[in-house]
Amino acid sequence: MNFASKQIEAQPSPPTCLPWPREIVDRAGWLAFAESLARGERELLSLWGEPSSVHMAVLEERQPRLRIITLECPEGSFPSVGRLHPPASRLERAIRDLYGLRAENPPDDRPWLDHGRWGVRHPCNDPEKIDSASDSYTFLPAEGEPLHQIPVGPVHAGIIEPGHFRFSANGETVVRLEERFGFVHKGVDQLMAGASFERAARLAARVSGDSTVAYSLAFSQAIEAAFDVNVPPRATYLRALMAELERLANHFGDIGAICNDAAFALMHAQCGIVRERILREAASCFGHRLMMDRIAPGGVVVDLAQENVTALFTLIEWIELMTPRFIALFGDTTSLQDRTVGTGVVSEALATQYACGGYVGRASGREFDARKAIGYAPYPQLTFEIGASKEGDVDARVWVRFDEIKASLKIVRQILDEMPEGPIIAAWALPEDWTREGAALVEGFRGDIFVWLRIRADGVVQRCHLRDPSWFQWPLLEAAIKDNIVADFPLCNKSFNCSYSGHDL
Amino acid sequence: MQKFLLQGLLRRALTEQAPTPTPTSIAELGYTLGRTARQKLGRSLSIREVDAGSCNGCELEIHALNNAYYDLERFGMRFVASPRHADVLLVTGPVTKNMREALERTYAATPDPKWVIAVGDCAFDGGVYCESYACVGAVAKVIPVDLHIRGCPPDPTTLLKGLIAFVETMS
Repeated sequence: MNFASKQIEAQPSPPTCLPWPREIVDRAGWLAFAESLARGERELLSLWGEPSSVHMAVLEERQPRLRIITLECPEGSFPSVGRLHPPASRLERAIRDLYGLRAENPPDDRPWLDHGRWGVRHPCNDPEKIDSASDSYTFLPAEGEPLHQIPVGPVHAGIIEPGHFRFSANGETVVRLEERFGFVHKGVDQLMAGASFERAARLAARVSGDSTVAYSLAFSQAIEAAFDVNVPPRATYLRALMAELERLANHFGDIGAICNDAAFALMHAQCGIVRERILREAASCFGHRLMMDRIAPGGVVVDLAQENVTALFTLIEWIELMTPRFIALFGDTTSLQDRTVGTGVVSEALATQYACGGYVGRASGREFDARKAIGYAPYPQLTFEIGASKEGDVDARVWVRFDEIKASLKIVRQILDEMPEGPIIAAWALPEDWTREGAALVEGFRGDIFVWLRIRADGVVQRCHLRDPSWFQWPLLEAAIKDNIVADFPLCNKSFNCSYSGHDL
Repeated sequence: MQKFLLQGLLRRALTEQAPTPTPTSIAELGYTLGRTARQKLGRSLSIREVDAGSCNGCELEIHALNNAYYDLERFGMRFVASPRHADVLLVTGPVTKNMREALERTYAATPDPKWVIAVGDCAFDGGVYCESYACVGAVAKVIPVDLHIRGCPPDPTTLLKGLIAFVETMS
């Protein structure tokens, strides 16, 4: 750790965010950013609130890639970004539900996460007690004589998370899908405020169970940025190893599940075997099948033993052998192709407008990958290709996942070959001088996860914002299913596999 | 495809031996299961999974019960798509306030005799979310629970132990 800052007389100072500084703007500056988003000059990464300010993170083509801007809004309102740039709309609705800050003239002023059942309004900012009941919610209209509505959820038929889908259909054809979420809202933002960083890390690891490694990595990177902690090289390799094992396990699980939704059980059974073997190896290497709580600020908490390296090589070799067979099985089964090709198309324009990450974005021509674009350690040292397609259908999303499997296998091999020796966690201490801010952008299996946090010098988190990639993927599912048949919804939905828990938070 | 099918015929099954249930889960079940109900259902169980606010970790491990290694169906247990077809509700999560009514209605829609198994540390006492304004906490605060399977998340073997203990006590 760099202790240089401790030599300076400790004074409370306005926190500066690392590694991307946070800029304060006025209303005109805020609007200028919103307009540039609407013109497609920048991409929206996140939008979040605090009791009397709103923050926006954007991606730019030039360096630094990421900018964070803040608008103070003591009056409790701010110029709506969603009015100019639709991807911001749900985030603004969430800000109002949690912090009570209103977007002025929003395109949609219905609540989003708040169903009227918490017993309080705007729980994160001067909560106001209400009689617990439930709010009514008006779905968007779809008019026309032959139309009928199909309500689905929150309890779904499979072993999946809860959410509500309202289909307006003309016979078999979906005219409009509207999502309603918030069912798994657990109040993470408020639980984070005032939590020790150790407890905050446990919370971050439980935002979305399938991405627990990616979330722990993003949270830890933000803490390390804030406190200027240098992670030992071996730890960065072990982190990447866990992240890639998580990616592999999820991609195999999902490819199987997508095929199962097209009634092709053989692929589901075979992919399930691969997923299980990866999770068992993860448990054997790191002591937990999902590798939960294995990454901590400063490094990792478990080292990899030599016998596990050998076992991992064996596993990777076996997966390398099996992958071409799965690819052939998927590509050569015409009845499966009949279901996936041309189904659930997301246009390149929409993927770009929503700055959609992960395989959903990459299958529709948006080739963003935080491992390359941000280039956190150890990825700049590793060679790998990321998947790409412009087709945008269910089929393309499966092929991009196959590409990502190949890339991850290549990465794991390099990690096992090149992992340096040395400590696995940095010896670091709380600086005890002033409040810091840190941010991170990490590539989970689903897409880029953004974290911004402000942490006091005694290690107590003041505010931690975690933005799941699903925020910008869920809206595209509504677009993808349009003009498809209702029966293809499970297939489309599984090919996205967005997180409910990560979104509802 | 033929290759996969042929291998499936020729190779030894991957499915593993059933684990033995733990004494604690049997003790917890001993007094909750009625003798008549056991006779009615025997070892056959239809399970409806309900996510009442989980992070999805428990769901992943419950899913794994269906893979070739654990093959839950060989024990006569299967996951069903509707509570109307279910004998057992497998509930996960710290019961968010936004899911409470859905959980109550799912329970009400399940025909008698019915049992509830709460899966995971969140379902036991709210876990890391227990102090949240948005969560009720333990599943037992909302509907009666017959068995808890702890863990964050419980691995498939632990889940299997709990479920086998459940049917063993029934038959």
